[in-house]
Amino acid sequence: MSIRPKWFDQWNKDNPTSVRGLAILIAVMGSAVILAVVIIGLGNPAQTSSMQTGPRGTAMYVPEFDVSLRRGDMTVADFYTDEPFVPERGEELAGDIYQNVQVLGGLTDANFNRLMNAMTQWVAPDQGCAYCHGDVALEEYGEDNLYTKVVARRMIEMTQSINENWDVHVNANAQVGVTCYTCHRGQNVPDNIWFRISPVNSAMAGWSANQNRVTMTSNFTSLPSDYLETYLLDFERIAVHDLAPRVENLPGDPLIQQTERTYAFMNYISNSLGVNCTFCHNSRAFYDGAQVTPQWATASLGIQMVQELNADYLVPLADVYPPERLGPVYGDPPLAACRTCHQGYQRPMEGLNVIHNWPELATTSGDYDYSAFEQ
Amino acid sequence: MAYFEYQNIFTQVQVQGPPEMGMDNENRMARERTKGASFSTLLGWFGNAQLGPIYLGWAGVVSLATGTLWLNIVGLNMLAQVDWSIPEFIRQLFWLALEPPGPEYGLSIPPLNDGGWYIISSFFLLVSVMTWWLRVYLLAVEHKMGKHIAWAFLSAIWLFLVLGLFRPIFMGSWSEAVPYGIFPHLDWTTAFSIRYGNLYYNPFHCLSIVFLYGSVLLFAMHGATILAVSRFGGDRELEQIYDRGTASERAALFWRWTMGFNATMEGIHRWAWWFAVLTPITGGIGILLTGTVVDNWFLWAVEHNFAPEYLEPYGYEAYGTYEGFLGRETGQ
Repeated sequence: MSIRPKWFDQWNKDNPTSVRGLAILIAVMGSAVILAVVIIGLGNPAQTSSMQTGPRGTAMYVPEFDVSLRRGDMTVADFYTDEPFVPERGEELAGDIYQNVQVLGGLTDANFNRLMNAMTQWVAPDQGCAYCHGDVALEEYGEDNLYTKVVARRMIEMTQSINENWDVHVNANAQVGVTCYTCHRGQNVPDNIWFRISPVNSAMAGWSANQNRVTMTSNFTSLPSDYLETYLLDFERIAVHDLAPRVENLPGDPLIQQTERTYAFMNYISNSLGVNCTFCHNSRAFYDGAQVTPQWATASLGIQMVQELNADYLVPLADVYPPERLGPVYGDPPLAACRTCHQGYQRPMEGLNVIHNWPELATTSGDYDYSAFEQ
Repeated sequence: MAYFEYQNIFTQVQVQGPPEMGMDNENRMARERTKGASFSTLLGWFGNAQLGPIYLGWAGVVSLATGTLWLNIVGLNMLAQVDWSIPEFIRQLFWLALEPPGPEYGLSIPPLNDGGWYIISSFFLLVSVMTWWLRVYLLAVEHKMGKHIAWAFLSAIWLFLVLGLFRPIFMGSWSEAVPYGIFPHLDWTTAFSIRYGNLYYNPFHCLSIVFLYGSVLLFAMHGATILAVSRFGGDRELEQIYDRGTASERAALFWRWTMGFNATMEGIHRWAWWFAVLTPITGGIGILLTGTVVDNWFLWAVEHNFAPEYLEPYGYEAYGTYEGFLGRETGQ
């Protein structure tokens, strides 16, 4: 027996009403309220921290999500390292023991094998020694049958040169150095190499053809995709401003096109280092050398460094690589730039000193400094 | 009346009945008007529920035809850039553009695939915009109205012409024009500011922003004021101009007692018109001076003593450490 009056049930029967729309509305609004209460109560899950990089009032700071800062660079933990064996007087050297040791002949046997082992950990942990030496007997390890070994030798020379000659860039803040792992991170081919891909647009020529496409190189912007070869291979000047309020415009002066290409390159550097414009610049006057941070000078030296590395080491290896290692468009050799080492961090591997245990990689002279390890 | 019945984002009154087809006059203005009209409840929520008839006129026909040509030239060029692939066209649409010629061509006619199509399409866009302006003017003549709408439209056209016609000619190169593309025109805007030493220090840029934000503020103040007094008949603004009623009185007193000064039912529309019109006029002057008269706005500001100097050091070392930023500082 219902206690509701008869007219009430009758009215409901005569006026059927769907409450589904109202229910959805209440559910959505209720969820939003609960979410808001949770965020206010427990705190924003996307907290950020900031690193001030310039005077107050200039908005110069680098922000980062706290979760990213806490997580850090996952590849750092996998860095293999091993203290050297201090050579004793008269110890036999690798160059005397083994055949065809062109670069590391001055190492003692123990240190030579220690470095060889480390290189497999850094570059070819899955394939091991065979990645460069082939699946052959130890006696045949001296042969240069595989391209990987020829490239590896040149890469050792490049690593030594970076540590010795580009101290101003690599060790600008503290001694950190580079090893094979700084780029390779346990992979045969580093993730952040680059190839030429321009022109990226079909049916177009000139200025219209090298931009306005989603590419990895353009960092998913519509900016030009040809900036790396322009600045790092062709050495075009990176300067787009006039240095006086009023100047006479001359043919060949930088225009909006050079500005967009520079912007693409600067955006690449920012992304490579996980920073923004104001890590180096006061964005009110990008060009002004009196309003840049010390990092601007370090970055400028870095640009010169990769120009040299590409010209002296990476471009000349073009004929050594098999086709599958060459670029998809031009068959050009893989090249390096900021991201190849930095991989999203303002200091590669978060500023870990990787060179300390590897004096063999710190110099091209053959005169290795083990003094830090002597008892 | 519950508060939500008048504080509503939609128009609360709609009229639907026999369509209002409009009058004819001695200029036979009805001749170039379409014949049909319909009603839409949805449209009625936002404005008048009646859709049509529409006056085309010769200028409207020319404008629509040339505008369609411009749009198709841009779209087909974009489609050609992705090898005529519709899925790629959709995927890359916001990235694609029809770019102006490279700087090497100056003011000459470049090859079609290196800016030639841009020049051709820009010509059609110019004809389209100018004939649409003429249509606005002629329609106002037909209605024996003032030409305020046409002049306001012309102020926007001024900025458009500065960007695409006057400044490129002064600079001696069509490459100075703005690309037709969603992201590419934004890239152009940023690069333009950076190239010329930061448009932030361009006083006409400042003025344009003042009028732009001022327009927004005035629009909000006026819209809110009229809605707030519409229960007293304030939405009949024109009647209130010559026959001031309690709506006008209350609106005027509200603002006078809030800030000492109040506009009038007529004057507020002059405020709005001038703020809106001055936004592109001042902006266009600022663009036209950039690269032609002033080449580095920051240094121009330094020269005129209004760029502040900062004495604190540059570089994060002065404010903290990298390890501290990473949250791994030890030994503290």
